[in-house]
Amino acid sequence: MTKHAYAYYPGCSGQGTSMEYERSTRAVCEALGIQLDEIPDWSCCGSTPAHAFDHTLSAALSGRNLGLAAKQGHDCVLTPCPSCLTNLKTAGKHISGDENFRDKVNRLLDEPLGTIPETKSVLQVLFEDLGPDWISEKVKRPLTGLKVVTYYGCILTRPPGLMEFDSEENPISMDMLMRAAGAEVLPYPLKTECCGASHGVARKDLVMRLSGRLLDMADSLGAQAVVTACPLCQMNLDLRQSQVNSANSAHYKLPIFYYTQLLGWAFGLPDASLGLDKLCVDPGPALRSIAANEDAA
Amino acid sequence: MPPDTVMQTVNLTDSPDRTFTNRITEESGQNLSLCYQCGNCTASCPYSFGFDIPVSQIMRLLQTGQKEPVLTSSSIWLCASCTSCTTRCPNNIDVAKVMDVLRHEARRQGFAKERRVKAFFDSFLDSVRRHGRVFEMGLMVNYIRKTGRFWTDLELGPKMLPKGKLAFKPHQIQGKEAIARIFERFEKEGF
Ligand code: SF4
Ligand code: SF4
Repeated sequence: MTKHAYAYYPGCSGQGTSMEYERSTRAVCEALGIQLDEIPDWSCCGSTPAHAFDHTLSAALSGRNLGLAAKQGHDCVLTPCPSCLTNLKTAGKHISGDENFRDKVNRLLDEPLGTIPETKSVLQVLFEDLGPDWISEKVKRPLTGLKVVTYYGCILTRPPGLMEFDSEENPISMDMLMRAAGAEVLPYPLKTECCGASHGVARKDLVMRLSGRLLDMADSLGAQAVVTACPLCQMNLDLRQSQVNSANSAHYKLPIFYYTQLLGWAFGLPDASLGLDKLCVDPGPALRSIAANEDAA
Repeated sequence: MPPDTVMQTVNLTDSPDRTFTNRITEESGQNLSLCYQCGNCTASCPYSFGFDIPVSQIMRLLQTGQKEPVLTSSSIWLCASCTSCTTRCPNNIDVAKVMDVLRHEARRQGFAKERRVKAFFDSFLDSVRRHGRVFEMGLMVNYIRKTGRFWTDLELGPKMLPKGKLAFKPHQIQGKEAIARIFERFEKEGF
């Protein structure tokens, strides 16, 4: 199989609160022959605070990274983070499509932008360029019998005109990858509902309600785990699960995996490369149930 | 229907400010007059329960040039840019972008009903400006300083620290200066 090479934008949370996503993404891509060339000296895309502040500034923060990726010689940038993806895509589209806007952005940058590379999520490349069949060929330790729900969050596939990936109302890419890895994927009606996003700090009450609903639905469906592709969603559901429990008098104990962690586990990659020990809700029981199912089979 | 989702009537008593409508139209690039109040955005909005003015009513108030109620609302700060409204608007209005532009305008005019949300955004941007990448620990210290609110998430510290997820020092990148220059030029250009 030919090696695919991409510019890679890890995003700030990958160095902190979502380090296990970062680690497992790299491990899975390596196992699948996807070469990730980290953009040298990449900087923050500004996330929601930047676009809530000003669109030109926000585009310049993303634009700097797109420019660095082009300099690297790449025409496609991959990122694991949906929020970074939205910012990079919005900036790229707006800069390419509007001369006036490009000029304004260039006035903020050290170097004017040339051709703008396209941007995709790592999930999109795994799903579209490799595909579930190729994934299942790599599986050494199938996730037999593990019941999961897939949670995409609000912006990974929306709005469709911008993201141009999967379905905006009922995305299936993660479902297919999880099935390819042997998991049982339960139908989950809240796949694209908001978890409360970055309001965890300033308005925790909103997150308690929205993330509470997501956990409640997953739990009542009998899921043993939730699978995510977004650092913010994962944090609200995992790190804040104990807060949600006390706010809603609930007792959820649902591990919240990044899809890359479960894929890597199914590929038989070493635990250390998947960062399972970084999860707050213990994934042990869920993973042990897979092993038990295998023995029984 | 739970009481917090009961529709209120739109109060149109303020005299219409056309320049406001035009400005938001221009800045967002959205044709606000296309909104026919179907309510899809409000029905889709996960935050409707917490909004003081539902998003479809914000759209109506914009059409009729009601600047004050829109810019002083909580809604524009609580909107999480989830883009449900944009995805489902039958008239292809990028409603989430309109909400973004309203935050810009509110800031310019000195309105911020949800002070803590704005303080969080500001702390985040300060962190980017200073370090080139977000430094989470520094961000929280800055947020506490701005709001005078001791971190209500204190109980999360013991969960994160042993996992090595919170760095105590910012990551140093060369681009740090480049980012500071972006912010400086932005202030000078004043657009
Ligand atoms: S983008 Fe904002 S207004 Fe629109 S649905 Fe989401 S939270 Fe509501
Ligand atoms: S969905 Fe669109 S047309 Fe319907 S009320 Fe909202 S903005 Fe107006």
